[in-house]
Parts: sequence; structure tokens; C-alpha cells
Amino acid sequence: MKKYTFTEKKDTRSGFGAGMQVLGQTNPNVVALCADLVGSLKLEAFIKENPERFFQTGIAEANMIGIAAGLTIGGKIPFATTFANFGTGRVYDQIRQSVAYSNKNVKIACSHAGLTLGEDGATHQILEDLGLMKMLPGMTVINPCDYNQTKAATIAVADHVGPVYLRFGRPVVPIFTPADQEFVIGKAWMVNEGTDVSIFATGHLVWESILAGEILAEKGINAEIINIHTIKPLDEEAVLASVRKTGCAVSAEEHQIAGGLGDSIAQVLIRKHLAPLEYVGVNDSFGESGTPAQLMEKYGLNAANIVEKALKAIARKNS
Amino acid sequence: METLSGLSAETITDLKKLRGALRLRLLDLYFKANAGHIGCSLSCIDLMICSLIAHKKDNEAFILSKGHAAAALYVCLHELGELSNEVLDTYYKNGTTLPAHPAPNRHKGIPFATGSLGHGLPIASGIAKGNKILDNGQFTYVLMSDGETNEGTTWEAAHYAVNNKLDNLIVIIDRNRLQGFGSTDEILGDSADAHKWKAIGFEVTECDGHDIEEIYQSIETFKYRQNGLPKVLIANTVKGKGVSYMENRMEWHYLPMKPQQYEQAVEEVQTKYNL
Repeated sequence: MKKYTFTEKKDTRSGFGAGMQVLGQTNPNVVALCADLVGSLKLEAFIKENPERFFQTGIAEANMIGIAAGLTIGGKIPFATTFANFGTGRVYDQIRQSVAYSNKNVKIACSHAGLTLGEDGATHQILEDLGLMKMLPGMTVINPCDYNQTKAATIAVADHVGPVYLRFGRPVVPIFTPADQEFVIGKAWMVNEGTDVSIFATGHLVWESILAGEILAEKGINAEIINIHTIKPLDEEAVLASVRKTGCAVSAEEHQIAGGLGDSIAQVLIRKHLAPLEYVGVNDSFGESGTPAQLMEKYGLNAANIVEKALKAIARKNS
Repeated sequence: METLSGLSAETITDLKKLRGALRLRLLDLYFKANAGHIGCSLSCIDLMICSLIAHKKDNEAFILSKGHAAAALYVCLHELGELSNEVLDTYYKNGTTLPAHPAPNRHKGIPFATGSLGHGLPIASGIAKGNKILDNGQFTYVLMSDGETNEGTTWEAAHYAVNNKLDNLIVIIDRNRLQGFGSTDEILGDSADAHKWKAIGFEVTECDGHDIEEIYQSIETFKYRQNGLPKVLIANTVKGKGVSYMENRMEWHYLPMKPQQYEQAVEEVQTKYNL
């Protein structure tokens, strides 16, 4: 097992804020919109350096999506920002009609996704957003795993022409990807090469998968760990190459099992290479209030459950 | 000779001629397609003659937020030479680029999907905001139905337009007082009421939505009043205007014409508009 260490923990939303600060200096067409949550989205630096390129829309997320779509007509690259719950499910028709179907170059960038919002509870913990967004034709869906990757992804999506959903979160998590990484949309990142089971992880679950890989290694199991930061378009070649080698897989995501990354992988395996697949995700349930760590444990979104599911997948392969 | 509106008498005459000519084209399209929504298009066609055809410059945006009147948009774009006869003939047919509600990016002049109500004003406000940043002097036109003002996004965008001083945004409300399945008064009250728009901070003008000179002049006046206030023209209209049996009749939101009805409609329009 390749050794991963970290010296610092940071929130992925701060990676977004850092990426926006870079874009503020490098891409004059980038503008930011926010529905009265600038502190939560870490946009302060961008706003301070580019006040004329920030547009406050008030607590009116549906209008924010329409405004962003309209701004593309003059060649702007709008980043529409709020919490993931309000930036996807709440405004689905606005995104569907004015951004996705109308094929406008809008970046919907959302923080506070998933259970790790913690104590705020289920009203704010969206676990359906990846599914909602990936169903929209032409929508690119990205869920980076740490501060550095989120920063790199933010910069990369500005250069991509077309609608994007970029999802990140609030809790501080280990920074384990390189600061100077090149972020290629749709290209999976090999975290650890292995032979016994493929673990496909996204977002906060990538670090948990690394911890799981270390536990599995102690049991003599050599897990291949792949970071699927781009849910759509899915890197099918990376998925197939890995499962052809290992013969079984686990998906790991901070999202509903229904409609998430695991389902996208299942579709590939069903069509092209049948193999056992186990899901690590929330099983048809809303979240609740608790600390992020308590919630991740309760809903099985941690290393221990990834290990359990990996063992199950291997047992199914060998049965 | 110049008229009150600043238009030449010839231009006024030409625009007035379009009232009948485009109505006949609409009747033809809807009858051949056996399609509904003719009443909605007849309600707003005079507004579109004055805004989309007469006022809008080539590089400016016009958003038909009430997308169910798509045929009115198509006959206007055809009149402007942006749609050919051949393309117009495909209206409503299998594989057409001109469906019952506008499809985006198929033709110049239709950059957005509309018809899911309440999306037009947010989009137009975004375009107007972009024009403000570029300081390019362009106006943005958006035509809405009065029923559409039921939608919350309309009011979100209205507040945004006022707070951002979008005096380059010209909203036109086709206030025929009939919506999906009832009068606006019955369904949710008159949300196109001038007092509501004034209270938010719009510059409001009311007009007869079938009087070409009045509509044209109202928009012209808006363009000269760069005072920081977004504009709304509340145009009092008649659903099905020009065809006696359709006027103010809710069912012509949906009904296709039968052959005899089509013939009567053509005859009435020819007579009424001196064709």
C-alpha cells in the first residue's frame, strides 16, 4: 500500500475559495454570484480583489441560476454559489431549462454537501445532488476529495466550456493530494494500485478509502484505490481496467446509494464486465443532526465499512 | 411627416399592416399544425411587432418568457428574415427546430429554452446585468404573460433588477387577464397590477396592448429614461384578439381550429385589418 500522509487539514470549500482567488487574477471573464452565503463559500478574497465581478443575488437561488444563465450571453463565466441543497434540488427546473437544456456555460459551485454539514441536520444535508445533476444531459459533475484537488478543479472548470456542477464541503479533512496537481476533468486518479479489489471513491470518502486500504493491507489484501473526482463524464476505461484486474469492486460516496457514483459504476459493469459490486453510501435515508464524525460512522461512510464491503465483494468474487 | 411617436407615417403604416399579415400567418401555422395556443399568440403579437420587430436592434436580446406563444416568435423572426419559409413550414412537425415551446440554440434569436414559466425575467435580468458591465448601451426585452407573474422567480428577479438599477431592462407584460384555467382574478389575484411593480421600484407604464403607436411610444420613452429604474410595460390585451369567437375566451388557450373556424377567422382578420 502506497503511503499517504498529511501535515494539514482544511475544508474543501476553502480550496474553492483559493481557486476562485486564482481565477480572479487569471481569467477576467470569471464572475461570482452568491445567494447571501459569501462567508460559507469562502469568497471573501475573490470579492475583495474583484468587487466589480461579484454579484449578490440575495436569498433567491432560483433567480441566481437565471441571472447566471443570462450573464453567459455577454461572454461571462458565472460561478453560481450557495449550499448544495439550495443550489441543486431547490432550483432544479431553473438548472434544467436555462442552464442544461439551453447549454449555457454556467458553473454551479456548492458547499455543505452531504452528511458532513453535521449539526445543521437533514434540511441542509443534501444526499441526492450528484444524482440530480448527473441525470441532466450535458452536465459535468465533479466532487473533489481535498483542499488541493478542489482548488485545482475550480480552476479547471473555468476553462471547460459547458455547464458544470462542482460539489464540496465544510469539514476540515486531510490534504493528501499534491498542491501542483493537474486536474483533468473526466480522468480518474490512481491512488493505489492493487490486485484484489477495486475501491472507487469520491469526495470525503477518498481519504477513508486510503485508511481502509491500510487496514486491508494488514489482512494481506491488496486493494486498488481510485479517486473518481469526476462523476460525469465517468472514466469508464479506468473503471473497466481496474475491475478486469481485480474482479470485484466497492463504491464509496457521501451520497444516496440510489443515483450516485456507485450506480454509475454498476451501469458500466453491467454493460461491459460483470463483477460483484458493493456500495458504501447512504441507504434510502435522510440525514440527521450530529457531529460529522458521528454521522459518518452511523451511516457507514467510513474506513471500517469500506473494509467490510471490500471483504464482502472479495467473498462474492470467490464464491 | 413625423407622428407623435417619432416614427414616420410610412413606418407606422407598415407596422400596422403587420398586425393583419402576421395574424394570418399565425392562423395558417396553427391550422395546418392542428395546434393549440392561438389565443395566446394573438394576444401578444402586436406587442412583439413593436418590440421584437420595430425596436430591438440586431445584437440585442429578446426573450419570449411566455414560451407557449412560440408561434408568434417564429412568425416575427420569419418577418425579420431570420427564419426561411421552408423552416417555418416545419412548425410543430416531427423533427422540427420550431416546437410548440421554443427550443434553444437552434436559431439565432432563440438562445434559451422558455415555456416553463417564470424563467424569462431572471434570464433577461442576467443579460441586462451583463450589458451594464460591458456598458454597451444595449437594451434587453422580455415578454411575459400576466399568469406568469404568479411565479415566485418573477418577483425574485424584479427585486434584483431594481437593486441593480437595470434601466436597460424592458419588461412587457401581456395582461389579457386569463391564465391556464381561469381568470387571473380567480386564480391568484392580479399579480400584473401596476401598484405591485411600482412598489418594488419599477418604472411602470400601462398601455393598450393592441395600439401600435401607443406600444411603440411607450417603449421609446423607456429607452430615453436612463434613470436607474427598470421598466415594465403593462399592456392591456385581449386573448384571441382579432377573431371574434376567440376574444376573451379561455378555451382558446388550448383549442385547435376546425376548418370552418379557420375560414371564419381568416375572413374576420382580413376585414378587421383591411387586408
